[in-house]
Amino acid sequence: MKLNLKIWRQKDAKSKGQMVDYPISGIEGDMSFLEMMDVLNEELITKGEEPVEFDHDCREGICGSCSLQINGEPHGPDRRITTCQLHMRKFKDGDTIVIEPFRATAFPVIKDLIVDRSAFDRIQQAGGFISVNTSGNTVDANAIPINKHIADEAMDSATCIGCGACVAACKNASAMLFTSAKVSQFALLPQGQVEAIDRVHHMVRQMDLEGFGNCTNTGACEVECPKGISLENIARMNREFFKANLKG
Amino acid sequence: MGILDSKVPSGPLADKWTKHKNDINLVNPANKRNIDIIVVGTGLAGGSAAATLAELGYNVKTFCYQDSPRRAHSIAAQGGINAAKNYQGDGDSNYRLFYDTIKGGDYRSREANVYRLAEVSGNIIDQCVAQGVPFAREYGGLLDNRSFGGVLVSRTFYAKGQTGQQLLLGAYAAMNRQINRGKITPFNRHEMMDLVLVNGKARGIIARDLVTGAIERHSAHAVVLATGGYGNVFYLSTNAMGSNVMAAWRAHRRGAFFANPCFTQIHPTCIPVSGDHQSKLTLMSESLRNDGRIWVPKRLEDAQAIREGKIKPTQLNAEDRDYFLERRYPAFGNLVPRDVASRAAKERCDAGFGVNKTGEAVYLDFASAITRYGKEQAMITGIKNPDEDTIRKLGEQVVEAKYGNLFQMYEKIVDENPYKTPMKIYPAVHYTMGGLWVDYNLQTTIPGCYAAGEANFSDHGANRLGASALMQGLADGYFVLPYTIGDYLSEDIRTGAIPTDAAEFEAAEKDVKQRIDRLMSGSGTHSVDYYHKKLGKIMWNKCGMSRNANDLKEAIDEISTLRADFWQHVRIPGSADSKNQELEKAGRVADFLELGELFAKDALTRNESCGGHFREEYQTPEGEALRDDKNFKFVSAWEYKGEPKDAILHKEDLIYENIELKTRSYK
Repeated sequence: MKLNLKIWRQKDAKSKGQMVDYPISGIEGDMSFLEMMDVLNEELITKGEEPVEFDHDCREGICGSCSLQINGEPHGPDRRITTCQLHMRKFKDGDTIVIEPFRATAFPVIKDLIVDRSAFDRIQQAGGFISVNTSGNTVDANAIPINKHIADEAMDSATCIGCGACVAACKNASAMLFTSAKVSQFALLPQGQVEAIDRVHHMVRQMDLEGFGNCTNTGACEVECPKGISLENIARMNREFFKANLKG
Repeated sequence: MGILDSKVPSGPLADKWTKHKNDINLVNPANKRNIDIIVVGTGLAGGSAAATLAELGYNVKTFCYQDSPRRAHSIAAQGGINAAKNYQGDGDSNYRLFYDTIKGGDYRSREANVYRLAEVSGNIIDQCVAQGVPFAREYGGLLDNRSFGGVLVSRTFYAKGQTGQQLLLGAYAAMNRQINRGKITPFNRHEMMDLVLVNGKARGIIARDLVTGAIERHSAHAVVLATGGYGNVFYLSTNAMGSNVMAAWRAHRRGAFFANPCFTQIHPTCIPVSGDHQSKLTLMSESLRNDGRIWVPKRLEDAQAIREGKIKPTQLNAEDRDYFLERRYPAFGNLVPRDVASRAAKERCDAGFGVNKTGEAVYLDFASAITRYGKEQAMITGIKNPDEDTIRKLGEQVVEAKYGNLFQMYEKIVDENPYKTPMKIYPAVHYTMGGLWVDYNLQTTIPGCYAAGEANFSDHGANRLGASALMQGLADGYFVLPYTIGDYLSEDIRTGAIPTDAAEFEAAEKDVKQRIDRLMSGSGTHSVDYYHKKLGKIMWNKCGMSRNANDLKEAIDEISTLRADFWQHVRIPGSADSKNQELEKAGRVADFLELGELFAKDALTRNESCGGHFREEYQTPEGEALRDDKNFKFVSAWEYKGEPKDAILHKEDLIYENIELKTRSYK
């Protein structure tokens, strides 16, 4: 199929960017979206132009590197997948596809479609852990029985890949879904109780410091999340935050 | 023993590690504050090592090419992690895990290292649960297990089909705790370009800031390389696009021996190649072989009709299907080790029984499991005389709970529903057992340079068993390196900070800059990918699932020619002093072009078949691997001497004191 791509090009963080048109042909339905980008880049290199840079690595939907805003949606039109799992069979011959980086004040553009998501790391560093030493000198793993349903729910929260689609989808560029997924995982598990108060305080404070917006419950984040992280996590984080404020 | 001293402690196998820990030197907490360690790579091995070393009090600097440590490719491991907990009471023990791993590796790994791995495996699970890793549980609240290939017990712990992700996020969280305390300084989007030796010891690295292009010097008292495997030498593999051999290869060029480069794992259950545009391959977890049955049609005409789309696989009756693994290996059936399963699939496809357009695919079928689980669920929920639709529906729910994310991934890529029609799978490059040679302390042949996880060679011999990579990565990082590195660093308590203005840093930085200049000055005929794809084709066709002397000799010549062409004619747009993904790829491919040749040379030298290394000249009449313990019971450790063809072979004889060498049989 033939497509008309409109792609955001930006030399570096300091330069001003712009949309550039790239017509492309010979695209097959079996190609992934990123393989289509590979074809484009190969053409650009042959012509002596600079290829379009974008983050990608595992190309199987788990590392969370890829981060394209496609036709206004993070990770494009399909649901419950990342950009690297999007296949060209979702598009039609002659389509125009607009490709931009994830947009948020807290995610500054580094080059072309690559953004800086280190704010997410700093939120995790503020409290996204359980303070146990890694010596292995702990109790036997089966000494802590955990209700299967609760363990499964914690697992559902823990599947967040930290891609940032939730932020890109949100009109306020809020990082509540991302932050709450980690707060929830530990709030659900007995191992997380000991530091629950500090954790939610520290992580929420860091989230605010990074310049992410507030949550106004539009639910766009849940719709666009490639891993289906539920809005319930945000509700749980709000409860945890409220409880923490009461306790101290 | 020559210059290779494995430093395996004396004494009975089961006491070696405890004795060693008691014998080695420690560094007191006040002195640890004055010692710096560089950890390159932040996957399971690097992440867990960095967290633990920082927690002990050392100053740690971590380096990864990704934008966050959480994205290292350990994240993609699906099925699980082994541990000899014997929670199922099915006869498991440290010895049995040790034995299975040695046998699975076709008797080409080092006994003492493997026993230690089994010994600390249980601790990994304790540790991860304490960190809040949400492993799968049973209704009683205790941990669940499943089976993996090559073993007769259930010792694999898992978190849906995302075990690697959850374990890596655990290690990443442990790292974050130390970053928050200021004990780890992370350098993300940085790539190690060279290792710096001062007076023969590893004392730092030269790194490139991938955003600004700046070349930086970083010093330390020891350097840990936890940079994964080199499967991408095949271009198409299940590795991440960025996975590369650069750090290990740079260390090799500086004096670290490279062990068993030809030992590569071709994983049997991957989604088949769909076309020339293919950029990577996707694994379907080995755990699926717990419930999936592998087959091809019995008759050639049926296979042809399927390939032409005239009949569907579901139309073939059981008696018209060849469940070839169950037929050839009744004892282990669909759960034979990966090398055996891959070769069997290739054998059937080569004989004309392949089931997709290219003839390179076999079926992985869940119909029997869906029926079995459906009936069981009907019993549990009290449904009497359930009809077929009900059984199917209930069964599909169970399968979805177990493998939902894998089935979804398959459907998105292939556009077929694997609940209704069997999956099509074919072997693909997945893991490399070879890597930097290390002694019992995980130290390479360069003092102060350590290698952990997939980057080293020590534990998996010629074939790795499923769910053992995660175990090894975390064992090395959490429980082995933190002890052994202290013994080495105990001599450095008076050294003080290593200055980066030393002549050695100056020289290494100059080398790196010259190399980049050379890459940028290619005549500009072909892209980096052009060369990478060509290399991949040579590797897959001549150094892949089966090899012979003639092909290997050709491969050596072809790779050597391709490498010369690459350096003359590669085209890298943009500049070196800014973000430049083509330049990043070029540096990695340049090293693959050297490693590939050494790989072929190693395969040509090893005149036997063992594990994933199958030489057509050495096979039994039934087509099984024919090992030669008399002449090849050794580790090949290659010393760099310029061109790969000049590399010198050193041999570490493998001594088996506790296990009798046998022909590996899964029949």
